[in-house]
Amino acid sequence: MITTDILIIGAGPTGLFTVFEAGLLKLKCHLIDALPQPGGQCSEIYPKKPIYDIPAYPEILAGDLTHKLMEQIKQFEPNFTLGERADTIDKQDDGTFIVTTNKGTKHHAKIVAIAGGLGSFEPRKPLIPNIADFEDKGVEYIIKEPEIYRDKKVVISGGGDSALDWAIFLSDVASEVTLIHRRNEFRGALDSVEKAQELKNLGRINIITPAEVKGIIGTEKVIGVAVEKKGEDAFIIDTDHFIPLFGLSPKLGPIGNWGLEIEKNAIKVNNALDYQTNIPGIYAIGDVNTYPGKLKLILCGFHEATLMCQSAYKRIFPDKKYVMKYTTVGGVQGFDGTKKEAPKAVVKAIQ
Amino acid sequence: MSVDINIKITDRNGVTHDVVAPTDMAMNLMEVVRSYELAKEGTIGICGGMAMCASCQCYVKSDHELPEMTDDEDAMLAEAFNVEDNSRLGCQIQMTPEMEGLEVELAPES
Repeated sequence: MITTDILIIGAGPTGLFTVFEAGLLKLKCHLIDALPQPGGQCSEIYPKKPIYDIPAYPEILAGDLTHKLMEQIKQFEPNFTLGERADTIDKQDDGTFIVTTNKGTKHHAKIVAIAGGLGSFEPRKPLIPNIADFEDKGVEYIIKEPEIYRDKKVVISGGGDSALDWAIFLSDVASEVTLIHRRNEFRGALDSVEKAQELKNLGRINIITPAEVKGIIGTEKVIGVAVEKKGEDAFIIDTDHFIPLFGLSPKLGPIGNWGLEIEKNAIKVNNALDYQTNIPGIYAIGDVNTYPGKLKLILCGFHEATLMCQSAYKRIFPDKKYVMKYTTVGGVQGFDGTKKEAPKAVVKAIQ
Repeated sequence: MSVDINIKITDRNGVTHDVVAPTDMAMNLMEVVRSYELAKEGTIGICGGMAMCASCQCYVKSDHELPEMTDDEDAMLAEAFNVEDNSRLGCQIQMTPEMEGLEVELAPES
C-alpha cells in the first residue's frame, strides 16, 4: 500500500503546484493520474499552445509550464501512479482515506485533494454498433503493450498524431498495418506525415482514404473490419486487431459517485474557507470544483491549492502552532536534502 | 455601439431556444451556448475554444455565409463523430452582426 500525507488526484498544473505548497509545510504528496504523463490537459490536449495569463510569464507554452512545475516541485519528491484512474475511496475510522485505482493500486492518505480538472481522460470511441462486443477481443482504444501486435494484422483508424505515429511504429512489429482515415489529409508532425508516406511507398503500410470503418467482423474475436470508401462498394479487410485512435475526452467518472456534492459537473466546495468538499478531509481544487464566481483558470487553481494546503496542515496537526513563511525568508528545504535560499549579504568595511 | 443579434440554438434534447448574443464581447457560438447553459457543463468547450476537441460541434441550419474553416477546424472535424456536411465547430463561429438570424443545432455529445 502506498502511503502519503496528501493524495492528489490529477497531475495537471493545479495538482503539481499542490506538491510545492504542501512541501513547504513538510507534507509529502502522491499523485494519481489516468494519463501516462503529468500535465493534464496542458500535456494531453494543447502542449504547443501558448498561455498568456500565468503571472510573470508574458507567454509560456502549456508543455513548458508542465516542465517548469515538475522542476519546481522535484525537491519535494512527489511520487506518481500514472495511467490509472482513481475509482473508489474508503474513509477509515481514524479519518484517513484509502483510494483504489481501476488497476487495484491502493493509496492510504491523511488528506485527499481532488485536482481532477474536467475528469479523467477516456478514449473517444467511434460509433460502430457492435464495437463494445469486441473490446479487449481485438479492439483496443489505447496501445499499452505494442508486443501483442507482433506478427499480427492491424487496422488503425484516425487521422491525427497518434494514428500516424502508431502506424509507423507498428509497421516494424505487425505483419500488416492498414491505416484508415476519413480524409486524404492527415494532421500530424511533418516528419510523421512524411515517414508514413515513405512507408506507404515501400508497401509497409496500407493507407486507405477517404474511408471509414463501419463494422467489425467476428464472433469470439475480431477477424476483420468492414470498410466504406467513398465512391466504392463496402469491402472487408481481414485483421486481428482494430485500433481506433480518435483522441481522448475527459469524463468526471467514478469521482461523481464518491458522495461529494456535485453541481454542473463539478464538485462543490467551501471557497470562503479552504476548498473543502462536503466530506471533511477531501478537498477539490482547480477546474474540478465549483463555487459562486468560480473561474476555471490555472492561476485560480494555484491559489486554491495554496489555501487548501494550509487547511490540510491544520487538519493533520490541529494543535501545532504555525505561521506561513515567505520562501524569500525561509528558503525551500527539499525532502532530498537540498536547500534553496537567498544568498547572504556580505558585511564588510570598505577601506 | 453594441449590437445584439438573435440566433436560434437547438439543444441536444431537440429543444430550440431563441437567444440574444452580443457582438461586442468577442464571443463565439460555443461561449454563447455555455453562457445560456444550453449544454451540460463539461460536455462543451472542453479545450476552451482552440478547435482541438470537437465538443462544440454543431449543424448549421440557416444559409449564412460563415467564416471560412481553418485547417485546424477542418482537421478536427475530420476526426469527430456524427459529422455532416453542415458541421462546424461552434468555437470557430464568432458572433458578428452578419450572424443575425443564425440557426444551429448542437451535435450529440461524444
